[in-house]
Amino acid sequence: MVRIFGMLIGLFFTGWMLVTFVLGANEYVTNPPVKAVEYQFHLEPKEASFKSDGPLGKFDRQQLQRGFQVYKEVCAACHSLRLVAFRNLEELGYNEDEVKAIAANWPIPTPDIDPATGEMSSRPSLAADKFPKPFANDVAAGAANNNAIPPDLSLITKARHGGAPYIYSLLTGYQDPPAELPESSRPGPGLHYNPYFPNLNLAMASPIAGDDMVSYSDGTAATVDQMAMDVSAFLIWSAEPKLEERHQLGWAVIGFLLIATILAYLSFRTIWADVKAEKKKKEA
Amino acid sequence: MSFPWAKHYTPSTEFGQWMDEKLPLPRFVYNSLGAGYPAPRNLNYMWNFGSLAGIFLVVQIVTGIILAMHYAANADIAFDSVEHIMRDVNSGWMFRYAHANGASFFFMAIYLHIGRGLYYGSYKAPREMIWLLGVVIYLLAMATAFMGYVLPWGQMSFWGAKVITGLFEAIPLVGTPIQELLLGGFAPDNAALNRFFSLHYLLPFMIVGVIILHIWALHIPGSNNPTGVDVKGPQDTVPFHPYYTAKDGWTLGLALIFFSIMLFFMPNFLGHAENYIPANPLSTPANIVPEWYFWPWYAILRAFTVDFLFIPAKLLGVLAMFSAILVWFFLPWLDKSPVRSGGYRPLFKKFFWFGLIPCIAVLGYCGGAHAEEPFVMMSQIATAYYFAHFLIILPLLSSFEKPEPLPNSITEAVTGKPLEQAS
Repeated sequence: MVRIFGMLIGLFFTGWMLVTFVLGANEYVTNPPVKAVEYQFHLEPKEASFKSDGPLGKFDRQQLQRGFQVYKEVCAACHSLRLVAFRNLEELGYNEDEVKAIAANWPIPTPDIDPATGEMSSRPSLAADKFPKPFANDVAAGAANNNAIPPDLSLITKARHGGAPYIYSLLTGYQDPPAELPESSRPGPGLHYNPYFPNLNLAMASPIAGDDMVSYSDGTAATVDQMAMDVSAFLIWSAEPKLEERHQLGWAVIGFLLIATILAYLSFRTIWADVKAEKKKKEA
Repeated sequence: MSFPWAKHYTPSTEFGQWMDEKLPLPRFVYNSLGAGYPAPRNLNYMWNFGSLAGIFLVVQIVTGIILAMHYAANADIAFDSVEHIMRDVNSGWMFRYAHANGASFFFMAIYLHIGRGLYYGSYKAPREMIWLLGVVIYLLAMATAFMGYVLPWGQMSFWGAKVITGLFEAIPLVGTPIQELLLGGFAPDNAALNRFFSLHYLLPFMIVGVIILHIWALHIPGSNNPTGVDVKGPQDTVPFHPYYTAKDGWTLGLALIFFSIMLFFMPNFLGHAENYIPANPLSTPANIVPEWYFWPWYAILRAFTVDFLFIPAKLLGVLAMFSAILVWFFLPWLDKSPVRSGGYRPLFKKFFWFGLIPCIAVLGYCGGAHAEEPFVMMSQIATAYYFAHFLIILPLLSSFEKPEPLPNSITEAVTGKPLEQAS
């Protein structure tokens, strides 16, 4: 009974699947799907390697500090970094006093409640504060940016396909639209062409417009490419601050497991020796 | 129950004896996972994945309980509480990555365990109940994993919850009320997040309960083995401990090494970038896909694109997706071949390796891809084969197939020497 019912159900699903397939294949042949224009012009992220890549990767703290400087002087005007606190900057190699000074001098104050009146107010940031947002809320952020809300950058290298190389490619990928780009895919008003962006046109204008937008205190030449790499490295850190700890612990754990596994394998061989020997003897 | 030659538990200490009289828990463990359980001597490495799945379930429960101490199931702060775990909780990043990747390792183990059962006929008499309970465990694990993926409340969490609960909407008449009951509202929101968290905490303990039944049912006939031949005498078995504890032990080490490589060096490899973006009901991700372990079922769901008479395609897809798993419940009665092990079934073996396995692989690949051609057509062919395999080929196979001669006993298969008749 089960088999008869089963076979009927099987015939139905299998049959209808095959009918659907034939219909679909017919449609596919007579009316092949056209790839969206974006596909032809869209580019995969450029190759970009960072010191933090790979299982032995460590952050280059000089680079993180340069990247932080780019974030502070270029990105922070529009993009929040809401999951990172000023105190976390000590992981970049700043000392406590430097962090306190960075927090106190941050151009955007931290919102607070006036202890005397209970009214909304603001105060200079402390090391324990998270980075204050450049806009009071999403509505304000949209209003100031042609209705495109600048995304928070805390997790951006983990929140985009392609990760940090994608961020680097996007920052250095602005160009004039190619002549053969159809009208429908050309940047509209307030949009900018960038082949690394999934639908080719984005609201953000090239943020790193030219060399020497920042002046690095360590003497590194602030080329567009350098600044884009540095800020991408900084954003790897902001998305994954425990990366070094993770890599280090990984090696220790795997080292321990290797030894434990070898010992466990040897004891397995010893325990099974009599059963295996019996098998061998009989085979001989 | 066990074989008559099973070792008997004798408490070696006075406390052990006292305990054995009051509550024979040590005896119970001894008889189920210790030296008191005789297991076939010829189990190959495919028999290691059951205990491995059990251990990864423990990893999930332990890491999950720790995460729940810091996680906040509230739509406003769930995402940030996960990031708080990642950034501010001591070793929180490790527990969170272990939990996220542990789910994948649990499913990998469970899939190899199911595949082992399918190939060696472990679902056949007298082990039907073990198989049925195993399917129940799998269904509970799927529900648990799905609800767990919703908890970080990222984009894929939210849209995954919307799509999967939306499946119930396809059921005529009662569909919409069911969906609203599941979500506690009209769309995923705080009520959905809270009930998913509650159930995500509850279901793993139900899984543990069903696993106890699964092992209990296993100990009545004893383990199947690669020949599929029944155990005939003491020569055919070795005590589970120390033989299989040692074998499972060293492969556990191996599995933990792979697990550590994922956890420490590529923790986001199996995840979705979209889930690092907080849930936003106003912005739909380009490609909503579940975790990899659901891809084959998701491909079956999306393969149905044409209505059948009055049945809409979406409902067909939902029915097919559930049927694809429910068909496993009937497998012991669909496959009537008296030979258990696929190793002695020449035709079955071909359909298994050149039919079912590529079919699942294609479904898996298409389920993770964009729902566009040629992936939809590929998943349609694979879906057709999937149902044909379980519902048409397997039932018919036993009538046509001439199995190869079986060894007289496990010992004969292993040593080439006939089993001495137990006197």
